Amino acid sequence: MRRFLRPGHDPVRERLKRDLFQFNKTVEHGFPHQPSALGYSPFLHLMAIGTRSGAIKLYGAPGVEFMGLHEENNTVMQIHFIPGQCQLVTLLDDNSLHLWSLKQRSGASELLEEQRFTLRGPPGSPPSATQITVVLPHSSREVLYLGTESGSIFVVELPSFRVLEDRTITSEAVLQRVPEEYRNRRSFELIEALQEHPRNPDQILIGYSRGLIALWDLHNNRVSHHFLGNQQLENLFWQKDGRQIISCHYDGSYAQWPVSNENRQPEPLESKVPYGPFPCKAISKIYWQTTKNGLPYIIFQGGMPRASYGDRHSISVIHGSQQTAFDFTSRVIDFFVICNADATAEYDDPSAMVVLAEEELVVIDLKSAGWPAVHPPYLASLHCSAITCSHHVSNIPLKLWERVISAGSKQNSHYSNMAWPIDGGTNLAPDPPQRDLLLTGHEDGTVRFWDASGVCLRLLYKLSTVRVFLTDADPNDNMNALGEDEWPPLRKVGSFDPYSDDPRLGIQKIYLCKYSGYLTVAGTAGQVLVMELNDEESEHVVNHSEADLLQDQEGYKWKGHERLKARDEPVRFEPGFQPFVLIQCQPPAVVTSLALHSEWKLVAFGTSHGFGLFDHQQKRLVFVKCTLHPSDQLALEGPLSRVKSLKKSLRQSFRRMRRSRVSSRKRRAGGGNTTEVQEANSRFDQVALQEMELAPIQRKIEARSAEDSFTGFVRTLYFADTFLRDSTRHCPSLWAGTNGGTVYAFCLRVPPAERRMDELVRAEQAKEIQLMHRAPIVGILVLDGRGTPLPEPLEVAHDLSKSPDMQGSHQLLVVSEEQFKVFTLPKVSSKLKLKLTALEGCRVRKVTVANFGSCKTNEYSENDLAILTNLGDVQIISLPFLKLQIRYPCIRKEDVSGIASCVFTKYGQGFYLISPSEFERFSLSTKWLVEPRCVVDTSEVAGNNYLHNKSGMEKTTRKFRDSARSSGEPGEDERKSARLMEHALLNDEKVLKEIQSTLEGGRGSYGERNSRRIHVGHGLSNGGAE
Amino acid sequence: MNRSFNKSQTLRYFDCSAVEVKSKFGAEFRRFSLDRYKPGKFEDFYKLILHIHHISSMEVMIGYADVHGDLLPINNDDNFLKAVSSANPLLRVFIQRQDEVDYSNFGTNTLTRKKKALVTLRNDKIRRRPHINISMPHDFRPVSSIIDVDILPETHRRVRLYRHGCEKPLGFYIRDGTSMRITPHGLDKVPGIFISRMVPGGLAESTGLLAVNDEVLEVNGIEVAGKTLDQVTDMMIANSHNLIITVKPANQRNNYIRSSRMSGSSGQSTDSTASHHSLPSSHVLQNFHPDEMESDDEADIVIEGGLDQQHVPRSHSLPSGSLSRINGSSLSHRLQRDLVLSSDSGRESNGNIHKILSSLKTDPRHSLVIPRGGIEEDGTVITL
Repeated sequence: MRRFLRPGHDPVRERLKRDLFQFNKTVEHGFPHQPSALGYSPFLHLMAIGTRSGAIKLYGAPGVEFMGLHEENNTVMQIHFIPGQCQLVTLLDDNSLHLWSLKQRSGASELLEEQRFTLRGPPGSPPSATQITVVLPHSSREVLYLGTESGSIFVVELPSFRVLEDRTITSEAVLQRVPEEYRNRRSFELIEALQEHPRNPDQILIGYSRGLIALWDLHNNRVSHHFLGNQQLENLFWQKDGRQIISCHYDGSYAQWPVSNENRQPEPLESKVPYGPFPCKAISKIYWQTTKNGLPYIIFQGGMPRASYGDRHSISVIHGSQQTAFDFTSRVIDFFVICNADATAEYDDPSAMVVLAEEELVVIDLKSAGWPAVHPPYLASLHCSAITCSHHVSNIPLKLWERVISAGSKQNSHYSNMAWPIDGGTNLAPDPPQRDLLLTGHEDGTVRFWDASGVCLRLLYKLSTVRVFLTDADPNDNMNALGEDEWPPLRKVGSFDPYSDDPRLGIQKIYLCKYSGYLTVAGTAGQVLVMELNDEESEHVVNHSEADLLQDQEGYKWKGHERLKARDEPVRFEPGFQPFVLIQCQPPAVVTSLALHSEWKLVAFGTSHGFGLFDHQQKRLVFVKCTLHPSDQLALEGPLSRVKSLKKSLRQSFRRMRRSRVSSRKRRAGGGNTTEVQEANSRFDQVALQEMELAPIQRKIEARSAEDSFTGFVRTLYFADTFLRDSTRHCPSLWAGTNGGTVYAFCLRVPPAERRMDELVRAEQAKEIQLMHRAPIVGILVLDGRGTPLPEPLEVAHDLSKSPDMQGSHQLLVVSEEQFKVFTLPKVSSKLKLKLTALEGCRVRKVTVANFGSCKTNEYSENDLAILTNLGDVQIISLPFLKLQIRYPCIRKEDVSGIASCVFTKYGQGFYLISPSEFERFSLSTKWLVEPRCVVDTSEVAGNNYLHNKSGMEKTTRKFRDSARSSGEPGEDERKSARLMEHALLNDEKVLKEIQSTLEGGRGSYGERNSRRIHVGHGLSNGGAE
Repeated sequence: MNRSFNKSQTLRYFDCSAVEVKSKFGAEFRRFSLDRYKPGKFEDFYKLILHIHHISSMEVMIGYADVHGDLLPINNDDNFLKAVSSANPLLRVFIQRQDEVDYSNFGTNTLTRKKKALVTLRNDKIRRRPHINISMPHDFRPVSSIIDVDILPETHRRVRLYRHGCEKPLGFYIRDGTSMRITPHGLDKVPGIFISRMVPGGLAESTGLLAVNDEVLEVNGIEVAGKTLDQVTDMMIANSHNLIITVKPANQRNNYIRSSRMSGSSGQSTDSTASHHSLPSSHVLQNFHPDEMESDDEADIVIEGGLDQQHVPRSHSLPSGSLSRINGSSLSHRLQRDLVLSSDSGRESNGNIHKILSSLKTDPRHSLVIPRGGIEEDGTVITL
C-alpha cells in the first residue's frame, strides 16, 4: 500500500517549504485590455486608466502603480481625481459612482474603494432623470456636481455621497433667463459639459447638448451669462484666465466666446471648422493652451472631413503655423494635456499631450521641435503585433545587457529625450535583484526584448526577421513620414499594428544564449534562423540550407502553406542580432521545438514531421530524423492550418457573441436600427448557446493508440553531456520527445575546438524509448550524480555554475503530460515516477526547473520542477524524488490562452497573458518577488507642489536610469556572496581575467559580480519557451 | 536468410487463402497448410496432427501461438477456427504430451505473479485427474472482473477492465449529470459522472458489467467527486491499461447478495452486516495490489539502437518509418530465429518454447514483446 501513503508530513520539511515557496500575483505588465476611461491629476501627477472589465489602474513615476477592481466588473465610463486629494471618483456604466482613496499602510500606499453611490431620483421619475453624463469634482473638495440626461445637475457631498437637494440646478432654473424663442426650440437637453471657472470657484459653466452654454453663479444660485450656440455641443474648455471659453461641436467646428460683464449674451468671437468646408466629424474634446509667446496651442480630437478621413482616429495640434493631425491606429479613448501645474502661473505652457488609444498609450512632446513621441517606461503595447511565443532569460550578464540596450537605443532615436512627464509618487521597491530579459515573438516576424527585471516592463530592442525573406510587404514602415503638402496634415503615431503581412513570418520558438549572444528563432513556415549579436551594421548573405524531414517518405502531399522565399542577395542588417544561418524545414510546417547549444555550435529543431540537427559553425546539416507515423494523414497534409481555422472560427463566433452582449448593455446605443439588429443577434446567439448547453457533453474513454494523429509532432529537444552509451564515457547527446510519448536519443561526436572546422559533427541514434502511456512529452532533463540538473551550455565555462558531477550515475527525467519518470543512465530502466494524471486528472502544460532560495538563510537553495497544469494550477515538484510540494490555483482553467502563454523563470517567477496585451507576473518564491511598492504623499505634494515635482522628477528619472543600467546597490546578502565568489575566483587569476573579459568587457564594476550569484536554474527543454 | 524467408511468407499470405501451419512436437517440425475459410473440424485436425507427427498412439494437447505471442490451447472446433482465422500469416502449433502438459504456461502472461502460485497449486490436482476436454478458466485471458465485493456496499460495483492483450476498444463514453444522495438534510442533488454510451462490440459492453447511466464513483481508487468531466476523462485514459472503476449501477436488481452462500465469493469476505452506506475509505482497493499495478502498467519499451552496428542487420537499424512496423517484423524475426535456434540445438524440453513465448510481452499496439517488468528487474532489453 505504499502507493497510497500520504506524502510525508515531516515537520522539518514543512517548515522549509514555508521558507521556500509562496504564491503571489505581483504585477500586471503591458497595456490594459479594452481601456474605457482616462483621468489625470495635475496635482498628484498621476494618471488613471479604467477598463471595460471594471479595473482601474493608476500610474505615476516608473514603478509607481496601483490597481483596483470594481466588484461589479462594469465598464468604467469616467475617472475624476478630487483636486488636491489622494482620491478619485469613478463612474461605471451602471450609473454608480465609486470613491477610491490612496491610503498609506506600513509605509506604502494602497488603492482602496471607500464608498459607492447610485443617484436616485424621486419615485416615478424616468431613469434618464438620474443618468449621469458628466461629473465635476469641485475644487473645494467638498462636493461633486453631477450632470444628468434630464438636464438637471445634482450636488452630492464628499465623501459621504449625500445628495444636497437644495443645491440641485434644474434645467428650468437655467432656462428662466434664456430668451423665449431659444427656450422653445431646445428643451429636454442632457448635460454635455461642466467646467469650473479656473479662477473663481463660485462659477461653473454648464453645456447642454443642443448648444446652450450657461454660466451659473453658485453664490447667487442663478445664471450670470449664457451663450446661445446653435450647433450640437460636444465639449467645453475654459481658458486659463477665465476670459474666454471654447466650445466644440458635432459638425466639426469650434467657437470662442468672450466672457465679459458688459455683454451677457455674446456672439462667438470666432467660429471655425478647421477641416472644412466639406462636412466634418464631431470635435469631441478641445484644449486651448496659452503660452508666453502669445500663440496658443489648440488641441482637439476629431473634426476630420467626414467623407475622406472619417475613419481616422485623430487628434490635431495647432500652434501658430504648425499644425499636425496625429493619426492613431486605434480608437482614441481620451486624452489630456500636461501643462504648468502651478495654478497661479500666468500661462499654461503645455509640455506634453497624453493620448489613450484603445490599444496603446501615446505621449507627444510638445516642447521639442517636430513634436516627437515620448518612449513610455510602462504601459507598453505588448500586442503591437499578436504575441505568438515568449522566452525568459534570467540574470543577463552586464555585457550582453549593455549591447542589447545600445542596439535598441539606435532604433529609438526618433523618440523625444524628454523625461517622462507623469512622475507622481515615489517608488520604494528595492532595485531588482538581477537583470532579466523577456523575449516575445510576434505574428509579424519580430522578436521584442523587454526589460523584465522590475515592475516596469520596458522595450529595449526590437528584432525583425522579415528582411531575410522576400515578401510582398512594402517596406513602408516609416511611421513618421510627414507628407509635406498633404491636407489634413496627418501623421501616423504609435506602434500598434495588428495586421500581419504574411502569417508565415510568425515567430514560434526563441532561444537565447546569454553567455555567447547566440540567438535562434523559429517560425510558422519551418524557418529557423541563427543569429549573433553584432554592434556594427553589416551587409551579408544569409547562409541558406534546407532540411527535408520526410526523407524517404513517399506519396504525400503537403497542403499547407509554402515555405518563405529567402533573399539570395546580401541584406543590410542594423546593429543588433544579425542572422547568419537560415534553415528551412521541408515540408514547411510550424517549428514546434528548438534547442541551441552555443558551446558545441549546434542547433536542433523539430516540427510535426521530425527533427534535425544543424552545425552552425560549419553550416552543415548533421542529420534529420522523421518521426511521422505513416498513417498520420493529417500531419502529412499540413493539417495545422485546418485545425487552426476551426479554432479561429470558434473564437470568432464567441467574440461575436460577447460583442453583441456588450453592445446591448451599452448605455447610449447608436441608431435604433442597429440596436435592433444587435439585439436580434444576441437573442439568436443566446438561443444557440442554450442549445449547445442542452446537448449532452460526452467524453470518449479510449486508450491512446499509435495511430492517433500528430504522434510524430516533436515537442521537446534537449542537449546534454551525459552517459548515453556506457557508464564510463560521457558524450554529447541530443534528446527529442514527441507527442506520441517517444524519446529519441542521439549520440553526438563534436570535434574538439582546434579541429572544429576540419572534422564533421557526427550523430548516431543510441536509444529510443516508447512510454507505454503514450502521452506527449513536454520535457526532458538529465540529472547529474548529485541529482542536480545539468548546467546550461557555457555556464560552467564562465564559472557561473558548479561543474556537473560526472562521477556518480546520471539520471534521465522524462516529463510527459501525464507522468514524471526518472530513468537510470546509460541503461534506461525506470527508477521513479509520479503519475499526475492518474491521480489528479490534470495534465502538465508547462514545466521548468526553478531554483528556490530560502527567505530565512542565504545558504540554502534547491532545485525543483515548477509546472503548470491544464487546470491552471501551478505545482512544485521536488527533484530528484518527484514529491509534490505545493499547489496553487493560478489561472482559470477556461483561460486556454493564458495557460498556453505561461512562461516560468529560473528563479520561480512566471508570466502569463491575461489579455492579448497584458502579462500577469506571479512568483512562487519567497525570495524573488518583483512587485510595486510605492507611496503617494499628499502632504509632501501639497507643501510645494511645483518644486517637489521638479526634484521628484529628477530623482525618479535618475533612479530609473540607474536601475536600467545595473542592479544598483547590492543588499547585504549579495555583498557577502559576491565576496565569497571573489575569493574563490582570485585563486585562479586566469579564470578571473577570462570572466572579466567576457562578462564585463574589461571594465569591472560591482554590479556584475552580483550577477554571479547562484546560477542553478535550468530550462527543461533547453530550447525555446512556448 | 531468415529475413528473406519471412518476406516470401508475407507475400504468399496475401496471395491465397491457404494458411501455412508449422507444427512442432519436441524439436521436430512439420509444415502443412489449411484452408483459411474452411479449416474443417477439430477432430480431423487432431487426427491430422497425430498422423503427420507419427504419434498416433499418444494422448497430446495441442496449442498455438496467437498474435500476442501467447500460447493458447486448441481443443474444440471454436478455438481451432479462431486459431486458423487469426493466423498471421503463419499458424504455429505446439504439441505436448498430455501427461507433460504444464498448464501454467497456457493463457495470458498478464496474469499476476500471485495468481501463478495459486495456479500451480491447483495444477497438482489437475495433473492427477484425467484431462477433461473443456477449456479451463485459465485458458482465457481475463478481460474484466468484479473485485472487492466483500468490502463495497452492495449497491456499488468495482469493475476492472484489462486492456492488455485485448484488441477491443474500451468503448464507452461518460457525461455529466446529477445524482440523488441521502444526506442528513434529506435528499440532495449533487453533480456526478455517468456512463452515457457504450460502443457496440467494445470491451465495456462485452463484459456486461457496465451499463449506460451507471454512476462513476471512483477511478482506480480515487473518488471522482468534485472533479470535472475532463479530469475524469483524463484519469480514465491515463489508467486505461488497467482501469478499475467503481460504479453505482443504474440497474440495482442484479446486485450481488452477500448473505447467500455463493461459492464464488471470496473467503475473506467481511461481515456484510456492517453498514456500508457510504464508500469505505476511498483509497482501499483490496484486491488490487500496487505492486501488481506497477508491473502491469508501464513497461516502457527501450530500444538500444546503432550501438553495435556490426551485429545489426541493416534493415533493423530503425530507419524512418513506423515503429510498430519495425517492432512487428523484429518480433517475427526474433521468434523465427529463436525457434530455429532451439530446433538446431536438438530436442529440448517444451518449456523452452514457453519461455520464449512468455518472455515476450504482449501488447497489440506494439507487438514488440519484452519480458514483463523485465526492464526494472534484469535489464534485459532487446538489441536489434
